[in-house]
Amino acid sequence: MSSVKRLVLDVLKPHQPNTLDFARAVASLGEDYQVDIHVLEVDEKTETVQVIIEGSNLDFELISSAIDENGASLHSIDEVSVAGK
Amino acid sequence: MTMVLKQIKTLLEISQSREIMRRYFVVNGFDGALTMLGLIMGFYVSDYVELAIVITTCLAAALALGMSGISSAYISEAAERRRTLMELEKAMVTSLDESHHARAAIWIPWLVALVNGLAPLLFALIIISPLWLAHSGMVLALEPLLIAMLVALSIIFLLGVFLGRIGGTFWLWSGLQSLAVASATVGLIYLIA
Repeated sequence: MSSVKRLVLDVLKPHQPNTLDFARAVASLGEDYQVDIHVLEVDEKTETVQVIIEGSNLDFELISSAIDENGASLHSIDEVSVAGK
Repeated sequence: MTMVLKQIKTLLEISQSREIMRRYFVVNGFDGALTMLGLIMGFYVSDYVELAIVITTCLAAALALGMSGISSAYISEAAERRRTLMELEKAMVTSLDESHHARAAIWIPWLVALVNGLAPLLFALIIISPLWLAHSGMVLALEPLLIAMLVALSIIFLLGVFLGRIGGTFWLWSGLQSLAVASATVGLIYLIA
């Protein structure tokens, strides 16, 4: 069974929740999730951010639904790091 | 219960509704207190009126203020929230049906409406309470109408103090400003009577 160690996601999000709360929402999904967010572009109602998540076993489905729940939209998975058994 | 409170907190943060609710609370609370003060002052300067009639009239006015507050705030807030959600969906080029934003568009108007309606009702009930106590046989130090007016003036002063603290101005000054408005109302009613 492989485990996802690192994900770099390109996400379009509304201004609310703000970047800090958004990072907290994603980080709260796992005990050892570390989240870094870089704001790439800010528009009138939205912002494009690069979300970097690291952990021992990232749950992509959970992360994806948290992104949706916070009103954001996953544009692409830019990087992945997966470890084998 | 904790989950519900957490969810409400999230919705309030996402919709940035705390300030709006606080404003509604103060504005409509002030409305409620001032209306009660005016009504009771009207009875006070009139010829003898039975306490039961004063209580019923004040209670009816308080309920009307509450219902008006709930319905007007719900209608306007629901429309505003729907429009905001539609604009956000347009900007995001996607449906936000499963998001906190959609839930906020449904629930925040109810919360705002409740605050808007319950604030005047709550203050009115506090102001009327000396009348109830007197009516139920309790002996009060002053005339019940006078005590009710003093309670109303105190609430109005405290609302002013609350606003002063929010705005970062001197609390006593903003409290006195509110009290001046209430005193002017009392004075006008006295002159008319």
